[in-house]
Amino acid sequence: MSTLTPARTTATAARVLRQLRHDPRTIALMLLVPCLMLVLLRYVFDGSPRTFDTTGASLLGIFPLITMFLVTSIATLRERTSGTLERLLAMPLGKADLIAGYALAFGALAIVQSALATGLSLWFLDLDVTGSPWLVLLVALLDALLGTALGLFVSAFAASEFQAVQFMPAVIFPQLLLCGLFTPRSAMHPALEAISDALPMSYAVDGMNEVLHHTDMTATFVRDVLVVAGCAVLVLALGAATLRRRTA
Amino acid sequence: MNKASDPPAPTPAAPAVRAEDVTVVRGSRTVLHHLCFTVPRGQVTGLLGPSGCGKSTLMRAIVGTQAKVTGTLEVLGNPAGHAANRTRVGYVTQAPSVYDDLTVRQNLDYFAAILAPGRPPEERHHDVDRVLTDVDLTSHADALAGNLSGGQRSRVSLAVALLGTPELLVLDEPTVGLDPVLRRDLWRLFHETAAGRGATLLVSSHVMDEAERCDRLLLMREGRLLADDTPDALRSHTGTDTVEEAFLHLVDEAAAKARAQQAERAPEAERARENDRAQESTR
Repeated sequence: MSTLTPARTTATAARVLRQLRHDPRTIALMLLVPCLMLVLLRYVFDGSPRTFDTTGASLLGIFPLITMFLVTSIATLRERTSGTLERLLAMPLGKADLIAGYALAFGALAIVQSALATGLSLWFLDLDVTGSPWLVLLVALLDALLGTALGLFVSAFAASEFQAVQFMPAVIFPQLLLCGLFTPRSAMHPALEAISDALPMSYAVDGMNEVLHHTDMTATFVRDVLVVAGCAVLVLALGAATLRRRTA
Repeated sequence: MNKASDPPAPTPAAPAVRAEDVTVVRGSRTVLHHLCFTVPRGQVTGLLGPSGCGKSTLMRAIVGTQAKVTGTLEVLGNPAGHAANRTRVGYVTQAPSVYDDLTVRQNLDYFAAILAPGRPPEERHHDVDRVLTDVDLTSHADALAGNLSGGQRSRVSLAVALLGTPELLVLDEPTVGLDPVLRRDLWRLFHETAAGRGATLLVSSHVMDEAERCDRLLLMREGRLLADDTPDALRSHTGTDTVEEAFLHLVDEAAAKARAQQAERAPEAERARENDRAQESTR
């Protein structure tokens, strides 16, 4: 039903990036805040560099997810409330074009954000990663896609920007608590561990930790990456279903 | 509704819009009641009526963004909202729907790319320049849409609908809040678009004096069609001098008819109460 036209998809991605370019403060916040947090974390764990390794690597996966979740949910909400979504859907734009356009634009931004944060952590903050930095980037990019997908989906249930922002704690915080960042998932109450098995962020953090400890791609890493990517695609499809050409 | 899969070949003689028994329900309320009308091609048809009478809902139904439309609604020979119509129908919502954080030119460039992807950039820029001239915004092309005045933003929104070669333009209150000179210029543009490009325009307004500028009129009130005629015919038919008077005449006529029907059924006391209420409403 919904078809993808490459020219329309790239035009949409370029438009989203152009909108951001008129908002340099948002770009600066998106790129610099994760770096600042990592610097902060490095000196919070000044006495125990091993802890910084685990937490820092996990955060390299979590930052892109949270940032892209917030940016996408607000951006799509605006698109819905400003009438531009209705206009676009009355024009020959496929829903897939719109979603892929957003994913492309925010994916590109996520690459820049993750490259900065990863580079800073590896070369200036002495984060000790055994595996390849490229794998760190790969996981970060998939996390960003997952964040974009969740943001797009959730924006359908928010009637205002206030509500959209409140979805962040509702959707992200439980995953943050259960993803193994604070304590290994195996040490949690069995019920919580079972829930964490079903949450995509657990696999995002897991994947980062695999890169942290292993030189090559482990089977667990491949599983983690596939789960995160699969969730992102699934939620994007759900998000597409919330874009209606006809509304009441 | 007709099947969406197999569009009938559009015949040139077919009207731009053909509505038969079109009803729209929003929530628990019926917003449009059994509308029957046609909009002829190549003319400017005005859709007039007080705010809240269902003009925007009817326009959304024609464009294909309104849910729960029953009856037959054919647009350019296809069922309303058919995919084939998406490049042929230009639509301007009442609130300007453009990106505030893009410049006027960037807005138009994006929508032009969506409308006809794969066009050479020069051709697209030419199209953008043309519509900028049409709505007299060339001097503001590089301003952010969000920094423009309300009237200017609604003209950007109008410019988007003029991109390409739309056969039908559905414009929801495009002249609201504009000064008289701009309003005159836009109406001139509407007629040029109809005469020069052979396009059909359906323009809504709640300001009755704009009715005089239309080739044909659809008068609406409370989700029902009061009249479907030319301004001249309306005036002579109702024996009035302006379309506004004709509209009021038709409203009174409809109210009187309803009262007469009610009176036939209702007892004396009910009739007295009804009269009181009618006097209230005509005041």
